[in-house]
Amino acid sequence: MKAFTYERASDARGAVEAVVNTPGARFIAGGTNLLDLMKLEIEQPQHLVDVSRLPIAGIEDTDEGGLRIGAMATNTRVASDSRVRARYRVLSQAIVSGASGQLRNKATTGGNLLQRTRCPYFYDTSKPCNKRRPGDGCAAIAGHIRESAILGASTACIAVHPSDMAVALVALDAEVETLSPAGHARRFPLMELHRLPGDTPHLETHLIPGELITAVVLPPPPPGGQQYRKARDRASYATAHASVAIAGGRIALGGLAHKPWRAVDAEAALADGASPAEAMARELKDAALRDENAFKVPLATRLVAATIAEAQAQAGAGRDA
Amino acid sequence: MRTTITVNGEARSLDLDPRTTLLDALREHLKLTGPKKGCDHGQCGACTVLVNGVRINACLSLAVMHDGDEVTSIEGLGAADRLHPMQQAFLKHDAFQCGYCTPGQICSAVAVLSEIEADVPSHAGDVAERARLTAEELRERMSGNICRCSAYPQIIDAILDAAGATS
Repeated sequence: MKAFTYERASDARGAVEAVVNTPGARFIAGGTNLLDLMKLEIEQPQHLVDVSRLPIAGIEDTDEGGLRIGAMATNTRVASDSRVRARYRVLSQAIVSGASGQLRNKATTGGNLLQRTRCPYFYDTSKPCNKRRPGDGCAAIAGHIRESAILGASTACIAVHPSDMAVALVALDAEVETLSPAGHARRFPLMELHRLPGDTPHLETHLIPGELITAVVLPPPPPGGQQYRKARDRASYATAHASVAIAGGRIALGGLAHKPWRAVDAEAALADGASPAEAMARELKDAALRDENAFKVPLATRLVAATIAEAQAQAGAGRDA
Repeated sequence: MRTTITVNGEARSLDLDPRTTLLDALREHLKLTGPKKGCDHGQCGACTVLVNGVRINACLSLAVMHDGDEVTSIEGLGAADRLHPMQQAFLKHDAFQCGYCTPGQICSAVAVLSEIEADVPSHAGDVAERARLTAEELRERMSGNICRCSAYPQIIDAILDAAGATS
């Protein structure tokens, strides 16, 4: 690990100022992803600003009937919250389907959103990667990789976003609250946080340097059932080949793209009376397939059909209860 | 950087390079070699310790971020002459072969029972229902602890036994 200096922030404003004013500075919260990458020298911050003790770890009811989840709320805390489990079950399900108990105890809501891809070529520092070094080339494209994107990929990068939590949040129409380097709070849809790779895959979000995520805001839950389902190589503690979050009529897909993917075409098709298979055929009509990831099309299609059925059954059971 | 951590009930003051992980602080500075360095990347769970009663991977946390925290390693759970019920259960059920992962397994198992008691949900159950103590739940909740000798069935038996003994 490269040497760095460290400071602990006592308030959000001070944390933002410290990152803006110190060359090579980064925020650290749970650290479960950043430290892993620092050990591999994929991440080489010169200064760490510890935001883990900022008083933004609570989960509050909003006036609109939703929830505001502080960015420092751990994954375990969010998944365990009785309001989340009762009204946003898809979020609780998504969180507990990811990582391990130890990691969920440390990982934060804000950090989960900003975690980096698990593309094996991103992790292999002996291979070129446009995320690690812009313009370096992409070894994954010529390589062997099943866990690559079928939607929104580019000639520079075929990596996928690894978060389960973010997929559920996108289906729930969550918004992100941030504090900017100028000291302004802003709030925007989570769908607008992450970027597609294009020719700048090293830029993964639309946050400006030094901008700190302070909260995730959930609107009131949509009518209808909610369900999360994930397909992976192991029964536990593995990233998704494909995952699906259903929240009422909204569908979000994980494991298929550089960002959590809101399936707007499939949603529209379903609203028009299409079957889940027809809806997914429309959603995936522009999918760019490789020999090794083509299995994701039938996998995601069947996952969506099964998960919609589960969500409907769950909604029905809720009415009967 | 001066950092004070209460380790197994005793306040320990250390002067640390910020790069020092909690695991290295325990092993190399405090000579507590119970927590093991397996993968050093949060994948194997051999470094699992309790911080303020919550299990984490000590390898994926900076020691300087734990100033003021209370850390419990396997050495703080029990000793040869006063074994923790989970340690006794692991012995009784032969829940290890080489033993390298065992300190992490035991710390994790103790925390898993606390998490079930605190109604933390898991992928093996319905998040709408109260967390339950079943073998299936334990297999899911212990998935962050790898045992390459594959003593998994005995580990689950041991945890179920310890849970019965302590409940």
